[in-house]
Amino acid sequence: MAHWPVFKYAMRLPIVIWQGLFFIAPLIFMVAMSFFVVRNYRMTEDFVMKNWLKMMSRDYFWDSYALTFGLATLSTIVVMTVAFPAAYTLAFRVSDSTRRWAVFLLIIPFFTSYLVRIFSWYVILAESGVINAMLSYIGLGPYVMLNTKFGTIVGYMTLTLPLVIILQTFSLANIDRSLIEAAHNLGCKPWRTIYRVILPLARTGLIIAAVFCFILSFGDFVSPYYLGGSKPPTLPILIIDTVKSGQQWPRAAVVAVVMMVTLFAVAFAGIASAYRRRGS
Amino acid sequence: MNRDRLLKGFLFGYLALVFVFIFAPILFSIIFSFNSDRFPTIPLGGFTLKWYETIWQDPDVWEAARTSLMVSISVAITATCLGFATAYTDYRYQFKLKPLYLALILLPPTIPLIIMALAMLAWFAKIGLSGQVVSIIIAHTVLTAPFAMAIIRLRLSQMDASLEAAAWNLGADQWRALRLVIIPFCKPAIISSFCLTAAVSFDEFAIAWFISGLNKTIPVVVLEIVTGNIDPQVNAIGSFVFLTSMTLVIIAQVVLMTKEKKEKDHHG
Repeated sequence: MAHWPVFKYAMRLPIVIWQGLFFIAPLIFMVAMSFFVVRNYRMTEDFVMKNWLKMMSRDYFWDSYALTFGLATLSTIVVMTVAFPAAYTLAFRVSDSTRRWAVFLLIIPFFTSYLVRIFSWYVILAESGVINAMLSYIGLGPYVMLNTKFGTIVGYMTLTLPLVIILQTFSLANIDRSLIEAAHNLGCKPWRTIYRVILPLARTGLIIAAVFCFILSFGDFVSPYYLGGSKPPTLPILIIDTVKSGQQWPRAAVVAVVMMVTLFAVAFAGIASAYRRRGS
Repeated sequence: MNRDRLLKGFLFGYLALVFVFIFAPILFSIIFSFNSDRFPTIPLGGFTLKWYETIWQDPDVWEAARTSLMVSISVAITATCLGFATAYTDYRYQFKLKPLYLALILLPPTIPLIIMALAMLAWFAKIGLSGQVVSIIIAHTVLTAPFAMAIIRLRLSQMDASLEAAAWNLGADQWRALRLVIIPFCKPAIISSFCLTAAVSFDEFAIAWFISGLNKTIPVVVLEIVTGNIDPQVNAIGSFVFLTSMTLVIIAQVVLMTKEKKEKDHHG
């Protein structure tokens, strides 16, 4: 039986070459681009700190950074909290087949256009939209929901809630049931069981869900733009504005690099705390 | 116990509300696409097909649909081939740099699309591929190959490892064993990976918007309409896209499930 090295490398190398050329190279080039200069609307390859100094010294950049970080954090807290009772129900209170169906239903939104869903929210949340029309029947409203942080968070939830519920459900369902029963039999109250038994056991999965939620919210431009009013712009909107109107690709690259560094830091901190041994 | 029933009722009510939140925008978008008001609210206006007629008669939408179709089919083929080779490598071989190798493949979905879009825009301009359909195909393949790899890898882990070795012992070389044993076994996963990667590519708008130039895909057209004003055409396009994607997803799911069920029945 002749095992050819040709076969081995034919299977192994294509993806390395492909991702090297079209995933790693573009990211490295983007980092390099943050040091290029733009002269007469043309980008020239160079190595100057100008773009970095310019962006770092602007208040609007830091406002934008604080807003984006704050919104993504708020979104993570809200989504994790809203998702938990749903995931808890799906993990402990329904049959296996119901859970499978629920997860299948939760996958559906990934294959519907996110843009169209946000457009739909725009119409639902508008001042003369569906929600305010319903509230007016009971004599309430109208409430302003568009162009507010509330609008942005609704948008982020549209993007992240299904994924977070799925991840939470899996991490809760993987807990050894006998440990929960043991806590119950030893007289531990339900709330205390959640806090002292379930949460610690599901910690890794829950933190991964939170990290994903943060990454998705931090990088999304659709919700803050269409539902949040983009005043002030978040970092992704800043990238779009800088690229689409100003031809200032290098400055957009600075924003993108700062975003990447932030996300790496958050992901690293999350993973480190997820796998840290519990100090007692 | 009464309290437990109360709690259970509360939890199920809560779960229902969460599902309402998740599906409200999808349902409303479909309802609005048949609604005659330009700015739909409650009570609903009359039934109409005019938004569908508008998009049906719009040559730009047709052009975009053609581009989208071509892009997503090409993406599905490339991503599934790459994903298969990678999944097989992970299944069959152990080597030192494997964690790095796997990270290289699995990382793209964790990078925000807007950052990938900027990086791809600049890189394709640099290597002379800007504004071309092929650059959208390449970018979407990078994005979807991980999904293809994951689906096929799951299927491979259900395979009896001695099956391939048996084929070798019976004199098949590695290519023949791959063609006659591995690929037929992975067929449902390959079909489902094909459908899912096509569906993801069919919906992706951020990267496509940055790098497409004049070759707009359907989501890019939607993005441009939405940026302009309130136009219920978007709901009509959205419903059409939803139908396409859902068909692909359901095919993927059914193919995988019937195959697994058959095998389960077979083994008793």
